Amino acid sequence: MMDRPLKIAVASGKGGTGKTTVAVSLALTAAATGKTVQYLDCDVEEPNGHIFLKPQIHSRFPATVRLPEVIEKKCNGCGVCADICAYNAIAVVKEKVLIFPELCRGCGACSLFCPQGALVEISRPVGTVEIGAGAGVAFIRGVLSIGQIMSPAVIAAVKDAAGDQEITLLDCPPGTSCPVIEAVRDADAVLLVTEPTPFGLHDLTLAVEMTRALEKPFCVVLNRFDLGDDKTVAYCREENIPIVLSIADDRRIAETYARGEILIEALPSYAPVFTDAWERIWTWCIGRMPEKEVPAPANRERTATS
Amino acid sequence: MRRIGKVMKIAVTSTGKESASAMDARFGRTRWFMVADAETGAWEAHANEQNMNAVQGAGIQAAQLLVNLGVEAVITGHVGPKAFRTLKAAGVSIYLSEAATVEEALRLFRENRLSRVDQADVEGHWS
Ligand code: SF4
Ligand code: SF4
Repeated sequence: MMDRPLKIAVASGKGGTGKTTVAVSLALTAAATGKTVQYLDCDVEEPNGHIFLKPQIHSRFPATVRLPEVIEKKCNGCGVCADICAYNAIAVVKEKVLIFPELCRGCGACSLFCPQGALVEISRPVGTVEIGAGAGVAFIRGVLSIGQIMSPAVIAAVKDAAGDQEITLLDCPPGTSCPVIEAVRDADAVLLVTEPTPFGLHDLTLAVEMTRALEKPFCVVLNRFDLGDDKTVAYCREENIPIVLSIADDRRIAETYARGEILIEALPSYAPVFTDAWERIWTWCIGRMPEKEVPAPANRERTATS
Repeated sequence: MRRIGKVMKIAVTSTGKESASAMDARFGRTRWFMVADAETGAWEAHANEQNMNAVQGAGIQAAQLLVNLGVEAVITGHVGPKAFRTLKAAGVSIYLSEAATVEEALRLFRENRLSRVDQADVEGHWS
């Protein structure tokens, strides 16, 4: 097998599909194969991976965004900043400058071009990043501060803090909006966790559209596969989407979840299910990696003699 | 046309460039702004094409356009929080109406049958 590091995003069209259960158990399964593994909790509005991995946190730092601020007595209301901002994040009306933090990308153009030097960039904390380790895997999570809306900035900070482990599992926020896109953006492949219900299928189709738009290879994990109808399976077959793991509707899984236990540890009979699935996912991901990025199989002899 | 209350220039979001055109319920992504000048009694049409297709911040840009035109009140169907903040900062009054046409909206306004809004009535799309 190849040694290229692999980043897998675990996402779902909606919350409560078992995304964290899957991500955590896969992280442990991958670690059991001897790989170094990191688990990144990118669900920064409601991170819950720590409940299961119970990590020891060894460092903590703020996630910040750079936002322009007006020094009012220097500003003459010329409007240059509003014209220059490609993201429409500034308005100048009646010589008053209004900044819309939720639209600002922190590019710095406005402060650079302000003829009066009236705009300064200020770093503002929007959340916290925590780094640690638990259950044999490296752990990083982002926590969005209360009242903040800049989830993508916190997710970006989590990804920046990531190490160079062989396997990275990104536990993504639910849904299909900007935070998920930020989390998925530089993953090699995406696992979409879903339930075979009409609602589940609806959210899955949205998640599939998003993942296709991002041009990411993806496959499906079917949770509580025996619960709903067979429309989801039919949809996947029609769309040629592989289902790499199916988990039964087992009351004991919900119980382990409620107790904050890791599925494959609390119910060891599931360990082989995840081991099989991990092999399938690994092979499937490697098969989809762009040619040029895949290094030749590690061959020490050749390296030594060349 | 007599002076409309204290307001000199009032804009109505419109699907077309006639005063008889149907109102456009959207603010930032309206197709046209029909602007009535209380002094001359004339209607002026202003295209909103550029802002209509903005990826984000359409309402902010549309609000700036109106402020630069010297508009003091606007009648529309819905207004989001960012456009609201921009219009408020410039002292532009906002009225909501479900009138069928632009003229009809202005008539209701002159008859004092539209109420001024003091907060945005639709959620913005966050990041
Ligand atoms: S460019 Fe500078 S001086 Fe001009 S409006 Fe913006 S902040 Fe004020
Ligand atoms: S930093 Fe960039 S995105 Fe933010 S307001 Fe200034 S120009 Fe716009």
